[in-house]
Parts: sequence; structure tokens; C-alpha cells
Amino acid sequence: MNSGKQKREIPGTTMFDGDQARKGYALNKMCFSFNSAENRAEFLRDQDAYCAKYGLNAQQREAVRNLNVLQLIAAGGNTYFLAKLGGIFGLDMQDIGAQQTGMTKDEFKAKLVEAGRR
Amino acid sequence: MARIVGGINVTHVPYIGRAIANNLQQDPYWKPFFDGFPPVHEWLAKVRPDVAVVIYNDHGLNFFLDKMPTFSVGAAPEYQNADEGWGIPTLPPYRGDQDLSWHMIESLVEEEFDIVTCQEMLVDHAFTLPLELLWPGRKSCPVRTVPVCINTVQFPLPTAARCFKFGQAIGRAIESWDSDARVVVIGTGGLSHQLDGQRAGFINKEFDLMFMEKLVSDPLWVTRYSIPDLVELTGTQGVELLMWLTTRGALLGEVARVHSNYHIPISNTASGLMVMEGV
Repeated sequence: MNSGKQKREIPGTTMFDGDQARKGYALNKMCFSFNSAENRAEFLRDQDAYCAKYGLNAQQREAVRNLNVLQLIAAGGNTYFLAKLGGIFGLDMQDIGAQQTGMTKDEFKAKLVEAGRR
Repeated sequence: MARIVGGINVTHVPYIGRAIANNLQQDPYWKPFFDGFPPVHEWLAKVRPDVAVVIYNDHGLNFFLDKMPTFSVGAAPEYQNADEGWGIPTLPPYRGDQDLSWHMIESLVEEEFDIVTCQEMLVDHAFTLPLELLWPGRKSCPVRTVPVCINTVQFPLPTAARCFKFGQAIGRAIESWDSDARVVVIGTGGLSHQLDGQRAGFINKEFDLMFMEKLVSDPLWVTRYSIPDLVELTGTQGVELLMWLTTRGALLGEVARVHSNYHIPISNTASGLMVMEGV
């Protein structure tokens, strides 16, 4: 599933375009449902059943089980919707940043502070 | 006719909501950010706006991927904030201004901007937190509001040039509104940041500072960059600078910088603040 169009490559970056939007629709729709506290509670009661209810494919279910952000993006997840999934597990943006860059949270925060000094 | 008193551009990071709720304004982490605002409060007390047109991007509260408008305009009597999924406090509703909403809708469509109109619209942190920062510590926001939402969730995004023209059309709409209201235009988001991917944490101070300078003196400067260029230069979420550019467009003509602040980091973001008024 690909538009076939030549895409701009930016290292370490996925632009959420039509291909991603098609691939990730079910996953993102599930994450959108997490705007409701009731739905978050239902997800936590039985994560696999909740993923099945939204029709997630095997790759997406595996990524959700692993709570692995890079895998979730590869499976079509959009950052803004994934943040709602992360929020259920108390992950903030530094946790998510640290996980994706292979740093500790403190290292990631230090990198941000360093960006201000340059 | 209505008068545009000026424009304010400001970052809208969700964690600002938690900082406000926990009174962390003087905490060493937050102080350099919150210290940017008293001069803006003074300016607002001087220019006394009645209405705020708030140009922002939704983050999956009002719009899902089932229907994703590029440009949308609120036309509701009031706008509710709601649970965004990660536990920042939900804020009380904001008053709308349906007369201005519908005047803007008429005028924008007449100018060939085929916007989506929303008689119900949930507003997320990108709308609410800037208003909390600009009018802190009040039970309700003292200005009526018109939300204008620009898609930055799903690519393709509107080009920088298109956003600037959209802003100009918003400015002409406001100035042709038969009202004695004083209107402030507020753009929220940015500046450089990237939340997703191995490049998460990307910040580009040099570009941000140049952008802030050029926004005043030469706003078309940034229109030389395509959306992928802007993603590369400012991060996947840094493209929210489109809200700043749209706001600048709405000010129509020459402007002067009244006040600005820039601080890295707030959460993963280079935070920016700028007040401009027409000269």
C-alpha cells in the first residue's frame, strides 16, 4: 500500500501522509477512543480484546503490547493519537522521546537543555 | 468597522496546563517561560480586546482522521474543552462570537477559502492554554472567541504561502465586520520541536530566531520553504509555525514587534512568544 510517489526522506522522521493514514487507521481510531476515561478503563481491563474490537492487525497489536513507539509509528500510528495511548501508561513526551532515541530520560532531557545553549 | 488591535503568537505545549494547575510559574524550570508573559498582560490591558480569533491546530480532540479539514472555523455560541486522554485539567467553556464567526465564514468563502464550518467544536490545549496564559487566574476568559483550526495532523498540510494568504483573508474579514469590537488575533504552536521518531527532541534555535525576526520584517521569507523543508528545518511539530504565519498575515501590512520571548526547552519544545501590532 503505497502512493508510489517519490517521497522526501528525512532521517529519523515519518511524515504522517496518506500512506501512513491508510495503514494506521484502525490503530489511530483506537487511540482516538482514549479521549474517554471509560474507554481507557475498558482497554486496561483487556488490552487484546480492545485491540480486536478496533480491528488492529497483528503488527499493530504487537506494537501496542510492546508499547514501542517506533513500532507503533511503523504500524501507521500518528504521534498525536499515540500520545493518548502513552498517557494511559503515564508516559510523558520525555519518556516517549527517550524510548525512541535509545537514551535514558535524563539524557534526553539534557539533550533538550543543550539545544538551548547552542 | 471592527479593529484589529494586534497579534500574539504563543507556544501551546500541554504540560503548561499542568504547570498552571500546580502553580509552578516560579519554579526554576518554568520561570523563564512564564516570565515572558507580564509584558503581554500589560499590552492586553492597554489594547483591551473584546474578541480573540484563535488560530490553532487540533491534536485529535475535535477532529479524527475520518474527516480532516485543512481549514475550519468555529461558529458556536460556546466552545467546550474536554478530556484529551492524558490527564491535564479540563477547563471551563469559552464564549463564542457567532456574529463574527459567520461574517468571517461569508468573507472567507467569498475570497475562495472553502473552509469547514463547525457549530459544535471541542477545543483542545492548543486553544485553551494560550488563553489561560494571556488572561491568567480568571474564572472565565474575558474575551469572546472564534476558533480557526489548521490541519497539521495529516499530510499534505497547506503550504506556508497558502497560510499567509489565509491569514490575510482573515484580517480583511475582521476589518470588514460591521462592529465596533476590538479584535486580537492569536496564533498558537511551535516553535521547533519533534515528538516522533529517532529524531525526537530535534530543536533548531538558529532557524526559530531567524523566523521570529523575519515574521516581523519580511513574512514572505518563510514561504520559500516547502512543508517537507519546514519539517526538516523545524521538526514534524515545528510546522505549527504555520499558525504564527497565518496570524502575521491577518495583521495586514507593516507591523512592529511589541514584545517577544524565546526559551528552550518546555517539554520537548522551543517555546516562543511574540506580540505584534500594526504600524
